[in-house]
Amino acid sequence: MSDMIRGIRASKDCEGSYVAMCLVEIKRELKVNSIDVKANAIQKLLYLQLLGYDISWAAFNMIEVSSSSRFTYKRIGYLVSSQCFHDDTDVIMLATNMIRKDLNSHNIYHAGAALSSLSCFMTPDLARDLVNDILSLISSTRPYLRKKSVLVLYKVLLRYPEALRPVFHRLKDHIEDPDPGVQCAAVNVVSELARHNPKNYLFLAPQFFKLMSTSTNNWMLIKIIKLFGSLVPLEPRLAKKLHEPLINMLHNTTAVSLLYECINTVIAGDTETGLSVCLQKLRGLMEDPDQNLRYLGLLAVSRVIKRHPKAVAHYKGIVMDCLEDKDESIRRRALDLLYAMVSRKSLMEIVKKLVSHMETAEGTTYRGELLCKIVEVCSHSNYQYVSNFEWYVSVLVELTKMEGVRHGEMLARQLMDVAIRVTAIRGYTVEQMASVLENEALLSTAAQRVGLSEVLFAAAWIAGEFREFLPSPWSTLAAMLDHKVLGLPGHIQSIYLQNSFKIYSRLLQEREPNDCVPSLTQTMVDSLRPFAESNNLEVQERACIGLELLKYVKKLEDKGVNVVDEVVVLFDGSLNPVAPKAQRKVPVPPGLDLDVWINEPPKATFDDGILDTLHVFGVDAIDVRKELDDDELKRLRKQRKSERDNNPHYLKSPTRSRGSQPTEVAVGLPPDSGVASASAELNSATINDKRGGKSRRKRGKKLVNVDVVGVRCDVIELEMPDGAKSSDDNMENDPHKKLNVNLDKDDKDADYQMVNKSVSVSHTQVAKGEVNDVNAKSAETKRKQK
Amino acid sequence: MIKAILVFNNHGKPRLSKFYQHFTEDVQQQIIRETFQLVSKREDNVCNFLEGGSLIAGEDYKLIYRHYATLYFVFCVDSSESELGILDLIQVLVETLDKCFENVCELDLIFHVDRVHYILQEIVMGGMVLETNMADIIAHVQAQDKLEKNEAGLSAAPARAVSAIKSVNLPSLPAGINLPNLPSFK
Repeated sequence: MSDMIRGIRASKDCEGSYVAMCLVEIKRELKVNSIDVKANAIQKLLYLQLLGYDISWAAFNMIEVSSSSRFTYKRIGYLVSSQCFHDDTDVIMLATNMIRKDLNSHNIYHAGAALSSLSCFMTPDLARDLVNDILSLISSTRPYLRKKSVLVLYKVLLRYPEALRPVFHRLKDHIEDPDPGVQCAAVNVVSELARHNPKNYLFLAPQFFKLMSTSTNNWMLIKIIKLFGSLVPLEPRLAKKLHEPLINMLHNTTAVSLLYECINTVIAGDTETGLSVCLQKLRGLMEDPDQNLRYLGLLAVSRVIKRHPKAVAHYKGIVMDCLEDKDESIRRRALDLLYAMVSRKSLMEIVKKLVSHMETAEGTTYRGELLCKIVEVCSHSNYQYVSNFEWYVSVLVELTKMEGVRHGEMLARQLMDVAIRVTAIRGYTVEQMASVLENEALLSTAAQRVGLSEVLFAAAWIAGEFREFLPSPWSTLAAMLDHKVLGLPGHIQSIYLQNSFKIYSRLLQEREPNDCVPSLTQTMVDSLRPFAESNNLEVQERACIGLELLKYVKKLEDKGVNVVDEVVVLFDGSLNPVAPKAQRKVPVPPGLDLDVWINEPPKATFDDGILDTLHVFGVDAIDVRKELDDDELKRLRKQRKSERDNNPHYLKSPTRSRGSQPTEVAVGLPPDSGVASASAELNSATINDKRGGKSRRKRGKKLVNVDVVGVRCDVIELEMPDGAKSSDDNMENDPHKKLNVNLDKDDKDADYQMVNKSVSVSHTQVAKGEVNDVNAKSAETKRKQK
Repeated sequence: MIKAILVFNNHGKPRLSKFYQHFTEDVQQQIIRETFQLVSKREDNVCNFLEGGSLIAGEDYKLIYRHYATLYFVFCVDSSESELGILDLIQVLVETLDKCFENVCELDLIFHVDRVHYILQEIVMGGMVLETNMADIIAHVQAQDKLEKNEAGLSAAPARAVSAIKSVNLPSLPAGINLPNLPSFK
């Protein structure tokens, strides 16, 4: 092998060809009959795998080599297979008996090698077949084997959760094993299991408590304390009981790792005195010159902040210092903490620091993060902390002008949000936006900088929507119809066009009739012409519509008819912001039953040809529908519901109001409800503006008065249908759900039999079907026990 | 749980890679490259914990690394492991390597990848820490080595002889040997 390695290192430029040569040689060696040569070849494959070459084609040979009786070769085979086997390796099944033989071998290192590699590629089949052998090993006389087999059991349980009860029953005896290594391994496994399903392991708390008080092995203590950390939130009495010993440990221990874990668990326990002691210690950590300790201190403080945001307010100084640390990890942690430390007064200071940071920061991702943080902090809970919106808007504009900013969309959204919801500040915002629009330099660089162009989107929209505040509409209009705009992305151009019409309408309003209207209209027509030839469909469409409109206006003006008012009406009305979940919360009007057919189901009058094609696409519901009537439907519905309730595997979605399908609501509602009129307006509104996701509702605006020194700003609340409350999303994503078994009931015989039964079953049945069978059996036995 | 253990040098070439979760080889190499990029940018007196990377984006995994001379030892762990404990573990691993190889250097890792794996197998198994006591670890490693040597026994003697000679440093013969005038027999 060393020759090959030397060769590879020597051939730096043509490594690929040299390796190909080596692979050919290895393949040749693997065909030779001598196990010695094969083992050598497999060893070479190990090195090649490290370099990134795929070696799974030699899987069978690896098993062959591992089945040798000589430890040297066995070891090599197992090692290389642990690097490369996975769930889809088909030859794993051949290995089962070989592994079983090795597990029961009298030489502990044979078994040890098998266990080590098994832990890397445990599959459900292997788990099921070998669980009994491994269980017998955990009561071996040699602590080495006990230790290894205990750890492998965790992997077994992950892939074969049905074995949890019998395995755990044997496992928990080893928590008090005489050998410290085995003890540690058992604690390790239990703490891993408990992390994911803590309430099932609460009954072990007293045992662990005893262990904690008597043990001196730091690793084990750390694991036990971490275990308590996950148990404590469920059982407040446990927190109280742990308080004393943990605080003692805190004060007496010399190992910082242990100290840190104690702090974490006391934080999880959430007691007053505990918290104050922890905060004291954490301050010590954060001021420590060792960077690692500072990082850990910040990490722990962020956990405290989740429950007690005000307790850490006086740490602001330290956190601000950490922000300037040259260590990126520490800066990130400090950023996270800032969130909780802002208040009305400190917000401006913090944001100023963050902005100056951004200017000096290297790396666009860090800048992007800082930007996101600034925006998040400011917009938190409806701009609770922003006292001076003018300042906020200027901050946003400043951020746009910065180099390397990629979050233009977020900035754009913020600008629009503020402009819409904070009515008092609209004037200022519009002025700012006008200056952004008229800034020629910005326009020319905008084509390259994607982020910036999104802000122009917002600027144009704001300028158009709140056109009454524009200081000099003529120049804004000229800027918006400038030929440089043609260089911007399509959707931005269309916004420009649309809003230029709005400004046009305002200008019409202000000018005296017959004064400059024709010239105004003429300039508009001239500037619109290049847009009408644009490649972008939307731009072209809007430009053409605009041109037609203008032609019409011109015709009417020439005839002497005053059309100003009509034009103004086109762009009238204001849009209010709507909460994102508002659609779902629309209550279903009484008298609407969504389960009843709205129209008669279509009679099936298809000829065979079409039926055949429909069949191909799996639609044979047409025939079924013919036969069903109301009673049938009701019966089927009831049946389905009862099935769902009985099926333990069916995941019920959170109950939503029935109005979650927009099409049906639109169709089924009585015509005099506000929603229908709103939807009619919606159709006209779409011509005017794109409003992704938000629909128009004529409901009352809810104003939240932000009481502030000086400026009195009303922030308009997001609209919801009357009476609806906002809900949080709850997402459950628990890969350890199957291991969520109540271990209190001690029925080892029944379960042990089940394990045996399933082992014999596996030999006769095909792999896939049986897991479900075992599931069903276990469900049955559980029901019997109940 | 430990998700992966990586050792690579200052140029990013992998010297040891152990993944406790299955990835295909090209994904593995990509992870190694990314980790190298993240870790090599760090200066020497910053903290040894890193977050962020494709392996660990979004989940609660951290990178804990240590830099020894020309090698980076990186452990990718989740929140069930104590960070400072893992730092100690890296130290234990390196010291064990030192004991077993006698003043270990990068070349030892290159030419004896399998031995390094065997040592690692005594410390971490399946992503969980098996043993932290250096004496125990070394005892087991040496016992297994002895077992190998005994097995090799007579049949490996020629092979061992060959490898022994290869590593012998023969002093180079001086260029021109001037023999003294030897008395000649008459």
